[in-house]
Amino acid sequence: MEKIKISQDEVTYVAHLARLEFGEEEKEKFTFQLNEILRYMDKLGEVDTAGVEPMTHAIAQKNAFREDAVGVSLPPEVSLANAPESRGGCFQVPKVIE
Amino acid sequence: MELYSLTIHELLDKLRKGETSSVEITASVFGRIDAVEKDVRAYITLMRETALAEAARADEAIRKGGIGALTGIPIALKDICCTNGVRTTCGSRILQNFIPPYDATVVEKLRAAGAVFAGKTNMDEFAMGSSTETSFFGATRNPWDLTRIPGGSSGGSAAAVAAGECIAALGSDTGGSIRQPAALCGVVGMKPTYGRVSRFGLVAFASSLDQIGPFTKDVEDCAILMNVIAGYDPRESTSVPEEVPDYRQFLGRGIEGWTVGIPKEYFIAGIDPEVEAAVRQTIRVVEGAGARCIEVSLPHTEYCLAVYYIVAPAEACSNLARYDGVKYGFRSEEGRDLMEMYKKTRAAGFGAEVKRRIMIGTYALSSGYYDAYYKKASQVRALIKRDFDEAFAKCDVILTPTTPTPAFRIGEKTDDPMQMYLSDIFTISTNLAGIPGISVPCGFTAAGLPVGVQFLAGHFQEGQLIQFASAYEKQAHLEKRRPTL
Repeated sequence: MEKIKISQDEVTYVAHLARLEFGEEEKEKFTFQLNEILRYMDKLGEVDTAGVEPMTHAIAQKNAFREDAVGVSLPPEVSLANAPESRGGCFQVPKVIE
Repeated sequence: MELYSLTIHELLDKLRKGETSSVEITASVFGRIDAVEKDVRAYITLMRETALAEAARADEAIRKGGIGALTGIPIALKDICCTNGVRTTCGSRILQNFIPPYDATVVEKLRAAGAVFAGKTNMDEFAMGSSTETSFFGATRNPWDLTRIPGGSSGGSAAAVAAGECIAALGSDTGGSIRQPAALCGVVGMKPTYGRVSRFGLVAFASSLDQIGPFTKDVEDCAILMNVIAGYDPRESTSVPEEVPDYRQFLGRGIEGWTVGIPKEYFIAGIDPEVEAAVRQTIRVVEGAGARCIEVSLPHTEYCLAVYYIVAPAEACSNLARYDGVKYGFRSEEGRDLMEMYKKTRAAGFGAEVKRRIMIGTYALSSGYYDAYYKKASQVRALIKRDFDEAFAKCDVILTPTTPTPAFRIGEKTDDPMQMYLSDIFTISTNLAGIPGISVPCGFTAAGLPVGVQFLAGHFQEGQLIQFASAYEKQAHLEKRRPTL
């Protein structure tokens, strides 16, 4: 039996962090597949990376600054046009606080 | 020859000479769509009415003597590029009704060059996939064999160009999503250097890897489209303010005296023998054109897939956090409070592969695992980039197969994520290193499936790639075949 990398309980916890939820059958299948994928990642352990600077961008980049000037932006009604629910010029969501 | 089967440069020539009109070309393309789209299913949204109006305006412009780089040419857009007033789904239920209030920069640029938009093409959901099977809107089929996948994630764009359902198309490439489907559908596909083409208005998947590029019928058309879409954009902070050359000037220059690197790690066990034979033949062709081929080594090649499937999901889980059922897109009606609404919206709005990658990314970034996964992957990524730097010190371009196999069957790999991921094994390193790559057709298998060869070059050397690919294309004398649909 190969090593378990991620348990069903951990899958439930990570799903919560990612704001997802799974049914029982789906959770079982995901746990199996995620274990298989994470075991494959163990390959990276073979590589000696001592002292290697992590690379996060392909091209050396400086921060892109611009003038803090007022430009054209979308009118509020256009910004809200795709919202599932809106009221009084705001996005509307289900109750947050009881 | 039907108009829909011609290239951009052939059609522009006819338009200039007054031999045809954009309305005729556009009608020919939509006639073709009417005939074959029921089998190929390349599009999510067709833009027939606006296309015919754009074509009429293009003809008016031509009559007045104003012909631009793409005046009157029907182009398809991967449904990941925002189009003002036209729904942009990214192949997902969660965006199935999203109508962007603005155009992506590439769309603006094509519009300004006079292009006619044929429609929005199918894709794997959020560009996560290698077969265009994960689309909420159903699978696209390979025009060369309708029982097979067209590749992915930009499979709709590749299939539309191959089937004559547009003249050229745009796609996006995060780990091979332009080059792999181009190879499997027998067309030319280029992933430009990271930062060469603005991604403003491109729905984000993995922001350190994503790049937009063209699908075309030949290398000259690739140069024409690159001339239109490349360049700095102040609205996109990762676009690079480097000068953009006229890519057409690289066509037909020849490659006498060039050194071509053949990485030994790309000719491995498991590669389909017919694919390997076709790619080995390209080595002879470029040698015949005066290039010298040498063996090079990219020693960290075997780690590319593991690095990619940590880095890309890590970036994706953050990018996809915005789909919360609040600002746009689908919202589940079942949630009683905000947290439940988020979870039910995302559970119902995303498909299985997207959820899998969100889970991998969230796990890899979560407390206690960050160093083991994300940091480690980013370090190995630096070594992969160093491999390329060292190889390009010895050669001008690198030549590899684009894919390990020809197009596989629909449904063959949908339940086995690792097998699906392996189909990108030759294209992923390019994105990790940020370098440009192009896939060009190099032959067919005995069963009549297209095979592609991939050429890679250093940062911002798209011109050299076009020069090399056009020399290869000219010298290869490939049989002109079209899919029988």
